[in-house]
Amino acid sequence: MERRALLKTLALAASAAATGLGSPTLFAQQKTVKVGVLHSLSGTMAISETVLKDVVLMAVDEINANGGVMGYKVEAVVVDPASNWPLFAEKARQLLTQEKVAVVFGCWTSVSRKSVLPVFEELNGLLFYPVQYEGEEISKNVFYTGAAPNQQAIPAVEYLMSKEGGGAQRWVLLGTDYVYPRTTNKILRAFLKSKGVAEADIMEEYTPFGHTDYQTIIAKIKKFAAEGKKTAVVSTINGDSNVPFYKELGNQGLKATDVPVVAFSVGEEELRGVDTKPLVGHLAAWNYFMSLKNPENDAWKKKWAEYTKAKKLPYAGKPLTNDPMEAAYVGVYMWKQAAEKAKSFDVDKVRVATYGQSFKAPDGFTIKMDEKNHHLHKPVFIGEVKADGQFNVVWKTPGPIKAQPWSPFIAGNEKKKDEPALMAAKQ
Amino acid sequence: MRFLPVLIVLLAAARPAAALDRAAVERLAFGESDEKIAAIGALVAEGDPRAAALLQALGDGEMQTAGERVLLVRGDEAVDALTGEKVSSLPPAREDVIANNRLRAAISAAVAALKLVSPDRATRFAAARELSGGADPAMLPLVKRALEKEADPAIRPLLEQIAASVELKTGARETRLAAVRTLGQSSSPGARTTLLALLARGQDGAFAEPDPEVRLAAERSLRAVEARLAWGERLGLAFAGVSLGSILLLAALGLAITYGLMGVINMAHGELIMVGAYTTYVVQNLFRAYAPGAFDWYLAAAVPAAFVVAALVGMALERGVIRWLYGRPLETLLATWGISLILIQAVRTLFGAQNVQVENPAFMSGGIQALANVVLPWNRIVIIAFAAVVLAAMWLTLTRTRLGLFVRGVTQNRAMAACVGVPTPRVDMLAFGLGSGIAGLAGCALSQIGNVGPDLGQGYIVDSFMVVVFGGVGQLAGTVYAALVLGFANKLLESWSGAVIAKIAVLVFIIVFIQRRPQGLFALRGRAVEA
Repeated sequence: MERRALLKTLALAASAAATGLGSPTLFAQQKTVKVGVLHSLSGTMAISETVLKDVVLMAVDEINANGGVMGYKVEAVVVDPASNWPLFAEKARQLLTQEKVAVVFGCWTSVSRKSVLPVFEELNGLLFYPVQYEGEEISKNVFYTGAAPNQQAIPAVEYLMSKEGGGAQRWVLLGTDYVYPRTTNKILRAFLKSKGVAEADIMEEYTPFGHTDYQTIIAKIKKFAAEGKKTAVVSTINGDSNVPFYKELGNQGLKATDVPVVAFSVGEEELRGVDTKPLVGHLAAWNYFMSLKNPENDAWKKKWAEYTKAKKLPYAGKPLTNDPMEAAYVGVYMWKQAAEKAKSFDVDKVRVATYGQSFKAPDGFTIKMDEKNHHLHKPVFIGEVKADGQFNVVWKTPGPIKAQPWSPFIAGNEKKKDEPALMAAKQ
Repeated sequence: MRFLPVLIVLLAAARPAAALDRAAVERLAFGESDEKIAAIGALVAEGDPRAAALLQALGDGEMQTAGERVLLVRGDEAVDALTGEKVSSLPPAREDVIANNRLRAAISAAVAALKLVSPDRATRFAAARELSGGADPAMLPLVKRALEKEADPAIRPLLEQIAASVELKTGARETRLAAVRTLGQSSSPGARTTLLALLARGQDGAFAEPDPEVRLAAERSLRAVEARLAWGERLGLAFAGVSLGSILLLAALGLAITYGLMGVINMAHGELIMVGAYTTYVVQNLFRAYAPGAFDWYLAAAVPAAFVVAALVGMALERGVIRWLYGRPLETLLATWGISLILIQAVRTLFGAQNVQVENPAFMSGGIQALANVVLPWNRIVIIAFAAVVLAAMWLTLTRTRLGLFVRGVTQNRAMAACVGVPTPRVDMLAFGLGSGIAGLAGCALSQIGNVGPDLGQGYIVDSFMVVVFGGVGQLAGTVYAALVLGFANKLLESWSGAVIAKIAVLVFIIVFIQRRPQGLFALRGRAVEA
């Protein structure tokens, strides 16, 4: 790992040197500030997380090319926690204590975030977490740039219930077996019940990480769907299991017009290796889609395409962007702006300065970090898969909406305050 | 209900028209969903064959608008949706007309209703199938008209069923009773849905069907349909079991030689599977680069390539490491485990840590509709057949060839075989190569259904050992039975308890079984046991 990190650093230094050639005064004193990148580059989550590492590096390069942060050159330290949850905590500790990074950008699965949370709280580190998740958490050491349930899961289910979405009345909640799908499904179950859906009309199923054989599950869904009433599937399957799941779905001929599948962890990147023709019409709910048409997005996509080509990344032939990439990119800039406002890299000062920061994001809106609850205000989009693996936006909110990390559909949450508390101490 | 507006317009405006209705096309392109659905009805009513093409284009996402114009764009070519004229230069600013699921369902139903009277049998059959999922009352006249002319024994029952499901909602008591009985003949999940809806109670506790006699008939029909559907479910489950069994068998067959016959605890077996999968990936890329026309046949080259590459890696392993460790199982275990880590890292360095994409050839996508509620996917059928072929080939090699004779001889009594002139080191090498090559074949097959990454083998090593030990070490037949039994058990448990519990239950079962019967399903008899 050290060697990889070293290579990355060398590559980065070389590229920084190359960009600096035109203006030799840039970074004359070579003041640097280190930032950590904590994403799985191997194992079951690598399919989703590798691009996040690259997009963070792109943002860092971009910042350096424009003079760095307050004249400091940003140096990214990349580590690979290998989809291994305890290793996430170890690597986080290494980043904070040995590398002394000012901030860490990282994690995808909630289980990895829960694993690093005590480390960040103990050492007073700062983590920008770029993925939609189940809520139920506000740590003062974490900024959540992905969606909370009310910014993704709830609108998606409401859409499927509406006339336009097909008026679904029966629900299959299908997920990978860990904290995010379990909690999301708990929230959704309570939400569905509040809408008058009977217990018998909800089916919940879980598979282990890395599961590859979805025959029985799809047969079960088919049987459940034939028991009357319009059925929809809510998928919180994470990682590379999505590829065999969607392959089986296509091969078994379960069409979106009969049983639509809405996914919360499947974007352009996860569908890369799948034949999407049989999947046309299945849905995903996100706060960003690559197919969004606005000047920011066009510019961002172009930048990413050029970056992948310049760095000869494996996806250079078909550069895709997706929601967590956008959230990761926004996170880097939020931190930069906050550090500049605080005129310091001190975690406590940067945290206070992050409140209320706003950024013109590729989703076409100027999105804002909430003044209190560490979450972004985000617009919600629901897209249907097209034959080419992109998404048609079929529904969207008029503008960004505020996150509710404490879902009102979980009992006891009404008492919890919409601002950070020490999480690790309580658990 | 969603087809109602379509067909009201359709029936009201049943008159021939000369050209496509401009207003309808414009509403289709620019209107809200409800307007679009009304427009679909208006277009179908004109009965113009171009309407079907237009609707299909909208469903396929090929309709675009440029200012006021409506275009059908396919690749770089475009035609005007109204006139059908070719558009020479594409306007740069175009908007997609988006068809969501609701619209696509309306489109496919409208197009299917039109095609019910098509002269082509296959088209009619597909259309009837499409509508059997659920038809709207307003479709009844169209279905009846089609039914009058239809003589095909496969299509007629479908049409009768569609008509019945419609009459159920609207007809008089006698018609409803007859319809319920017709539905009882069906074996489609759609019929079950319709009957269940009939028997459901509304919010006020009243039945959807007021007549008790019809309800009774419906219950009887429902039982008949469910009995037939249950067969489909059983078939699906059996197929899933065989499919998983065939995968376990492929993964374990190689190990049945290296561990079962030769006694080498080969922890790098999973990585030999991975080597086979990556070989398939490389062959696929070579085909894509140099022979894109023959891409669908890349597997024909990938299968022997995977065998040869994995066999060579296996033989190198045997010559380089394992042969120095015969008779020392603990050292073998540690050494091969180390080798497995080396192989994983080597692949990470060569191909990157991320999964690579192995595409299915076109003929392996989709499946056969075996029964109304069972689809058997092609990729799984191909793998089952492949497993059978590999098994047969391996059995023939072991029982009918000189190498097989030597392998069996060396397994049973190494010293005696050496005494009668069998070159045991050479036989060891070849046997290990054979086992490794078969692991490579397994990798080639697994690349078609799962993910190909450096960790691929780790997911199968436990399963492979489980199958070999459960079947009885040294027994080929035992391996086959064990793979099938475990496949079935896993799928049966999965359908009851979910995937996570099923996995745990199977492991617990194996532990208990091995405790009670350490020799596995089939025990070796004779002197070899003591050796």
